[in-house]
Amino acid sequence: MEHIELFFKSIFVDNMVFATFLGMCSYLAVSKKVSTAVGLGAAVIFVMAITVPLNWLLDQYILQEGALKWLGEEYATYDLSFLSFIMFIATIATMVQLVEIIVEKFAPALYNSLGIFLPLIAVNCAILGGSLFMQSREIASLDLAFNYGISSGIGFFLAILTIAAIREKIRYSNVPAPLRGLGITFIITGLMAIGFMSFGGMLTGGDVEETAEETTIVTTPTENNTIEVSKEETIKLANNEKEIIE
Amino acid sequence: MGLLSKKDLKLITDPLADNNPITIQVLGICSALAITAELKASIVMSIAVLFVMGLGNLTISLMRNIIPPKIRIIVQLIVVATLVIIVDLVLKAFAYELSKTLSVFVGLIITNCIIMGRFEAFALANGPFRSFIDGIGNALGYAVILIIVGFFRELLGSGTLLGFKVLGDPIEKTGVYAFGYENNGFMLLAPMALITVGIIIWVQRSRNTSLIEDN
Repeated sequence: MEHIELFFKSIFVDNMVFATFLGMCSYLAVSKKVSTAVGLGAAVIFVMAITVPLNWLLDQYILQEGALKWLGEEYATYDLSFLSFIMFIATIATMVQLVEIIVEKFAPALYNSLGIFLPLIAVNCAILGGSLFMQSREIASLDLAFNYGISSGIGFFLAILTIAAIREKIRYSNVPAPLRGLGITFIITGLMAIGFMSFGGMLTGGDVEETAEETTIVTTPTENNTIEVSKEETIKLANNEKEIIE
Repeated sequence: MGLLSKKDLKLITDPLADNNPITIQVLGICSALAITAELKASIVMSIAVLFVMGLGNLTISLMRNIIPPKIRIIVQLIVVATLVIIVDLVLKAFAYELSKTLSVFVGLIITNCIIMGRFEAFALANGPFRSFIDGIGNALGYAVILIIVGFFRELLGSGTLLGFKVLGDPIEKTGVYAFGYENNGFMLLAPMALITVGIIIWVQRSRNTSLIEDN
């Protein structure tokens, strides 16, 4: 159940592109044709499925506070989490290089179709973002991390495929000249993101708080809180008065 | 401007408008959109990128003759990651609340394409001083868009600027709220950032028609 929830949540509710804007650069640059978009999307799923679990292991056994306990009790106080950026990006860059070499050797057909996209992926924000979100959301186990990697990749795949299809069609439409190309793509992506927000109601509990944390500004909730507090206080005071009168 | 020659000055002014990293070069969009719900966050993000870009470009330019071309991506990533760790630690020490708001997006400066893009396109082929200027210029171009988007999203979304209630108090109905004005909470949500940038592109390209794309 946990797996299914995380799977659909990462694809639809916390979609890489529409909810957190990760991988925007390649999303905009490589979405002119459906065929190239499919290639990049597949490469992202592939690399994320490898790097997120790998970084989970790194985070769990080297970087976290107290993670070095397996080396002996005297290492239990070390906290290396400030190194996570450099460790994660190094893992991603080497894994991408390694995957490229292996795929070239054993699956030349796949290599030819993914080819140019693999090196690009090392600097794709979605990949690093996946690992960083995995860390900050404190994903509990290795198989959940694997699931999170694959499903976030599928979310990116879905996003880039739909925008590429729309861009192929929009070529025949009469878009206002200054909006052509980049401008209209931004606005379409915005509208698609609004559409994806409707998936927020798909899963209840948990995710509502998270999105609120990311998007709302701090001032408004505090104001509401103070009002609630003051209401409570007045009610209490009124009760106290009653008691006194009684 | 005695310090900068005309050619160097162009490196700073070009990215501000005609060769803007976000609206023209399509670089560094990921982080630009996610953190612009507040003006303060966008200003801090701009400063962070300014620091990383300037010093990163300088470092790469100094090392450009000794980096083997085959592993240059990894070298670049390590340089950026080191600078970003410094920024992250400084933010955590002096502005903890803000670093919570920016959350993973500080870390994502590493994969911000604007930085890698300028390394590849400029710092690997030019001297240290010019690369430094180019880094500053592009970071300023990035900052301009971030601040415009942050300004409108915070003003229209929550009626404040940098946390000050410039439009009056929405609860006590002072200022413009007395006339029935309401905050547009939708501006704070993620999709409106994209649409705001789309509108900026629209305005920019209708004023400068040479930037219009074919399709």
